Amino acid sequence: MAELERHDNRLGIWGWLGGGRWGVERYAYILHRLTGLGILLYFLMHIVVTSLRARGIYLWVEGGFFHRPIFKLGEFLVFAAFAYHALNGVRLVLVELGFAVGRPIDPVYPYKTSLNVQRPLLIAMMILAAIFLAAGGYEFLGLAK
Amino acid sequence: MRETKYWTWHMAAGVVIFFLLGLHMLIMHLGGTTHLFAPFGGEAVSKVNSVFRDGRLFFTVTYILLLGVALYHGLYGLRTILFELTLKPIVEKLVTFVFVVLGLGLFGLGTWAAIVVHAIAKTGARG
Ligand code: HEM
Repeated sequence: MAELERHDNRLGIWGWLGGGRWGVERYAYILHRLTGLGILLYFLMHIVVTSLRARGIYLWVEGGFFHRPIFKLGEFLVFAAFAYHALNGVRLVLVELGFAVGRPIDPVYPYKTSLNVQRPLLIAMMILAAIFLAAGGYEFLGLAK
Repeated sequence: MRETKYWTWHMAAGVVIFFLLGLHMLIMHLGGTTHLFAPFGGEAVSKVNSVFRDGRLFFTVTYILLLGVALYHGLYGLRTILFELTLKPIVEKLVTFVFVVLGLGLFGLGTWAAIVVHAIAKTGARG
């Protein structure tokens, strides 16, 4: 099997974070990456902490170590990261499958880009994420009892 | 070709996580509104509610499924990010190896715990 062709990533870590002159999707991508990493870090710890219940240790219940407000705030941040990552992720999967980007057209000047075609989907997903986040915030603030 | 296949699995895993983790969030973070699978009232994460869910086969099975799928999706995602730094082939192999070991280890731990707590909740319910 042919080896993958390797290109040097000249910008290194800054190549990840800089949006440059790209559109809002580039920033959506950076946020997708950051939220993905955040959720992953939490998830790896979450597996260990919740597995302790097999030994009768429940650290997250009232009076437990993780029941403190600072951890509640952290959990809300994970929830927020999830709301964004999940809904933006669905957009990425749809676009990857060819939905919401329009039919292929000839590259005739003035060029059109499929990025602008899918933008309503991005906006719709962000509205859904915001609604989800608001519902979670309502709960986090203790308003839903 | 093989990398494309791994990436396709990464996408498919995202869709599965969307539903399973979505349900998890509805139970845990929106429980005050949804009151889903928390029959004892109070916090969704209280011990009694937690044991109630652990005793249902549906949760045991979906916890294990979500565990495996999310570990694959998350670790593959991190591997992609690291590989963008143009690592040496040997380092890439090492990263893959470490992630496979870490993923399998945590999958084993979580699966063991899900099965043990299911058994405890079942005997507790009977005895
Ligand atoms: C809730 C459902 C989820 C969906 C629909 C989803 C979707 C996606 C998609 C489509 C990508 C690929 C982006 C690309 O290659 O263009 C991605 C990347 C990623 N996801 Fe998820 N994801 C979900 C949950 C999670 C969870 C639970 C974790 C952590 C355990 C996670 C961690 C990551 C990471 C680390 C990346 C790599 C980011 C990157 O390459 O920039 N995701 N996700």
